Amino acid sequence: MKRSIDEIARTALANDPGRVLQYIAWDKDEPNNVIAFTNSKVDGDPDAATLRAYDAHTAKLLGSVGGGPMLIFLKLHVDMFAGQPGKLFLGAMGFLFLVAIVSGVVLYWPFTRRLSFGILRDKSRRIAWFDWHNLLGAITIAWALVVGATGVINTLAEVMLGQWKANELADMVKPYAGKPPPVHLASLDTTLDRARKIAPDMNVSFVAFPGTPFTSSHHFAVFMRGDTPLTSRLLKPVLLDGETGEVSDARDLPVYLKALLISQPLHFGDYGGMPLKIIWALLDVMTIVVIGSGLYLWIVKRRKHRSHAIAGRPLLQPSE
Amino acid sequence: MTAARNSRSSGNWWTVYGGPLLLGVLSIAGLLTALLSEGAGRYFSWIAVGAPVAATAWFFARRKRG
Repeated sequence: MKRSIDEIARTALANDPGRVLQYIAWDKDEPNNVIAFTNSKVDGDPDAATLRAYDAHTAKLLGSVGGGPMLIFLKLHVDMFAGQPGKLFLGAMGFLFLVAIVSGVVLYWPFTRRLSFGILRDKSRRIAWFDWHNLLGAITIAWALVVGATGVINTLAEVMLGQWKANELADMVKPYAGKPPPVHLASLDTTLDRARKIAPDMNVSFVAFPGTPFTSSHHFAVFMRGDTPLTSRLLKPVLLDGETGEVSDARDLPVYLKALLISQPLHFGDYGGMPLKIIWALLDVMTIVVIGSGLYLWIVKRRKHRSHAIAGRPLLQPSE
Repeated sequence: MTAARNSRSSGNWWTVYGGPLLLGVLSIAGLLTALLSEGAGRYFSWIAVGAPVAATAWFFARRKRG
């Protein structure tokens, strides 16, 4: 028997006195956990949020979620601790990564047309790295393009969310324009039940409290998900009146947000079990070798060039 | 896009791009399969997305030394 979500919400607030609830979320892979996000304000800085997991059956605190060294790596990867400018900077770098891949595809023909595919010579250090660069680069192109392109899309997440709020969400909450925010919030259990009735074959992914970035200041937004790897990413928001818990609107997300949600698994590789994650890590290492060897070949070529044109032709060049 | 007419000296489109193209198509198929299906599709996705890793191991094992 699962506990009432209202009870878990009360427990969460009692555990973080003086704070407010922003979100309550359910992990697809941990159906027994209910995760409560508290913050100093409903629209507080996401970095200041506290995430705690509660047992869905006992409403007992299980522990904190996130944080630790993994969070530091995630922050470094997402925005280098530089917020939105950091994200957009990494997006631009991701775009250059895509350009570099395309340039490699163009150069591949003149540089390798006389070599057999997969050749790994060890005549000299330079030739060895040249062959590794070509082999690893050529066979990881598709994966690297997908991970690179979806990574760039992910850096635009906040821009897209802003777009959705300014257009679709604003349109959905028009009838509430000018009304004050709710004083007494509706029961979460009632609210969630009504949202489930709107999308009976879906499950609740998370509920955003009124005033948080994912909803209006008047509404709970209950984001529903399907149960396949694909549909579990395609969230459907149901907006419910914060005071009464009545459904006010439910619409599918626009195409650009769907594209963003599908980009996430394709970038992180966290959607096909542990073996896929391990393969992802190996492909990451291969990509690092491609970048490292490319840099090495470039440095060696520059050094040769300077020391120089006397020798005439550089060692590695397109075959005529 | 040339014919194999003079493959020894000018290179052949298929021998240059064939391998990467096959692995690329396989990779994309694997990435999408894992997204669209569970169960059997997962096993296929591991094989397909892992193919470049396997190919690397294979080329490394049969490289010529000297």
